[in-house]
Amino acid sequence: MLDDLRLQFLQSTVDGLRVGAIFALIALGYTMVYGVLRLINFAHSEIFMIGTFASLFVLMTMGISAPVGGFALIGLILLMMVVSMAASGGAAVLLEQVAYRPLRRKGASRLAALISAIGASLFLQELFALVIIPEVFDSPGRNNTPVPRILEREHLFNIGNADVSNDHVIIILAALAMMVILDLIVSRTKIGRGIRATAQDPEAAVLMGVSIDTIVRVTFLLGGAMAGVAAMLYVMEFENTQYNIGFILGIKAFTAAVLGGIGNLRGALLGGFALGLIENWGAIFVGSSMKDVTAFIVLVVVLMFRPTGLLGESLQRARA
Amino acid sequence: MKGGDNVSNNGISLRRRIGGSTDRVRDWWAGASGWQRWIVYIGLIVFALILPAPWIGSFMSPGADWTTVLIFPVGVYILMAIGLNVVVGQAGLLDLGYVAFFAIGAYSLAYLGTKHGWNFWATLVMGIVLTAISGVILGAPTLRLRGDYLAIVTLGFGEIVRITADNTDEIGGSRGITNIPHPPPMFGTEFSFDPAPYYYMILAAIVIVIIFARRLEKSRVGRAWAAIREDEDAAELMGVPTFKFKLLAFFIGAMIGGFAGVLYASKAVFIAPPNFPFILSATILVAVVLGGSGNLPGVMLGAFLIAWLPERFRELQEYRILFFGGVLVLLMAIRPEGLLPSRRRKAELAEGTGGMGSMGAEVAGPTTDSSVEVSR
Repeated sequence: MLDDLRLQFLQSTVDGLRVGAIFALIALGYTMVYGVLRLINFAHSEIFMIGTFASLFVLMTMGISAPVGGFALIGLILLMMVVSMAASGGAAVLLEQVAYRPLRRKGASRLAALISAIGASLFLQELFALVIIPEVFDSPGRNNTPVPRILEREHLFNIGNADVSNDHVIIILAALAMMVILDLIVSRTKIGRGIRATAQDPEAAVLMGVSIDTIVRVTFLLGGAMAGVAAMLYVMEFENTQYNIGFILGIKAFTAAVLGGIGNLRGALLGGFALGLIENWGAIFVGSSMKDVTAFIVLVVVLMFRPTGLLGESLQRARA
Repeated sequence: MKGGDNVSNNGISLRRRIGGSTDRVRDWWAGASGWQRWIVYIGLIVFALILPAPWIGSFMSPGADWTTVLIFPVGVYILMAIGLNVVVGQAGLLDLGYVAFFAIGAYSLAYLGTKHGWNFWATLVMGIVLTAISGVILGAPTLRLRGDYLAIVTLGFGEIVRITADNTDEIGGSRGITNIPHPPPMFGTEFSFDPAPYYYMILAAIVIVIIFARRLEKSRVGRAWAAIREDEDAAELMGVPTFKFKLLAFFIGAMIGGFAGVLYASKAVFIAPPNFPFILSATILVAVVLGGSGNLPGVMLGAFLIAWLPERFRELQEYRILFFGGVLVLLMAIRPEGLLPSRRRKAELAEGTGGMGSMGAEVAGPTTDSSVEVSR
């Protein structure tokens, strides 16, 4: 056991940071929507799923089936990222329009909103499994759809006995860059101030001239776009996707958001990396088949002992 | 513009007419005397007894054996929906992992029956006890959480149970458990491959559970649940030990789920982890919400529809979940109280209470009449 730990610890750490970056990006969407609407956007996992298929769609239409290099690779990554962000962000805005806005207008209970979210999540999954994946991607709807490799893995350097390759670096850097941009938007721009004001006190925000509908839409757009980035990085790294790919990932990302303190942007970042690390360290002891259980146990333990998460919950104080 | 007005007027009056007829039935029921009620009860039981008749089946289920359909999914779904209704409809706690209790009940029977040769009655009791305990184990640490956190944690619990069953060789792992023993003969009937005895068994179970749930609803416990559902803080201040009653709701909901699981496994012969997916939890939730959560006849109607429609229209079976998802979204937007709501629940939903309070950025528009309170 200790030998396992010594041999695998550093590699697990590196792998944990890699997957943690993806958790963190998805968690941002949960945390922003929760901060503003006090709603668990259960269908956010499907927003991520739509992003993975958007990335795959780019590869398909460009006819790319082999790794590319140099500037072509950078251009391709950026293109996939933009398309994924647009698809996921657009889907998130549409979702808000269809599934949440009518409820918000009626002042419905949060239970009703959560049930509507579950309904939207099931609907989107099945829509892809039954219609979009067979028709557009010409692949059996319920099976794993493989994604061609675009990035040839290259060993870059070692940390102790852990290998660090180019994909690790790209994912972690891209995720951090996106989070910095999001943090700047929320803390520095006018629309960001509106988001924070709404999170703090929606009624006062309205009285100060903030348009709640616009703010909610922008919140969904930003959260969706972050899920799109996560989706692009995911297909690049794991090279497959599926109609229900978002289910487990979504729950883990939600766990990450709660772990860091839901409603708190930097908390989502911290929670994502922390969960990635915990999960991979845990796998050394209990084996990787029980990996998914670790996240749930972490969630329960966090909620029991520190329900406000590591950094406390608040979007309004996101500027720190 | 004018046409649009007409349509909406018609919509309202139609809605009122439907509402009016169920209201009349309810008023009659509220004023009915003891013998009138007994006539209805006996009529319903006679109806349930002759339900498996082939001539009904030829219309209701041309594609599959009607009695088998009545056991699973119809009977099992109804049983589970009654159980979930205790948690969601009565206590207002959203449980997204209800399938876990069903799985624990089914696995109890399968494991104790095949590996240890326990008899049916002992495993039935043991299965219910084990699920009740698991309900408490899940509830005790999590019921202090806010409603929406609870939903995610219960979802996680459902997945933990399934993944653990998948990875535990002692209970068959991903291969599941085969050759689960049938119940012993009762009243001179053999339980084997003829579905009829199972139907009557599950019917008896449903009747028992209905009586149980109904008595609870009318008792102090039921009133405490309603108070918690409407306003937990107010209930606590009025002296209702909210945590204890929420735990009790989980306990009872789990028991009924476990009961359904045991009955399911006794008929199924073979169970495996894929029999207990998240989608089953969601399906039962749809049944409860569609029917009208909090109202037993409504919940049973919802469960029946959700179970029967895909069986009746087999060609649409593939689109079942797509349809469920769409129905949930639509229902929450236009009729969140469900098809046959309880009056009280309807009033609560109109006020925006009855489940975790209202959403955050919700500001009274011109169409809503909820006033914004300004605190000084």
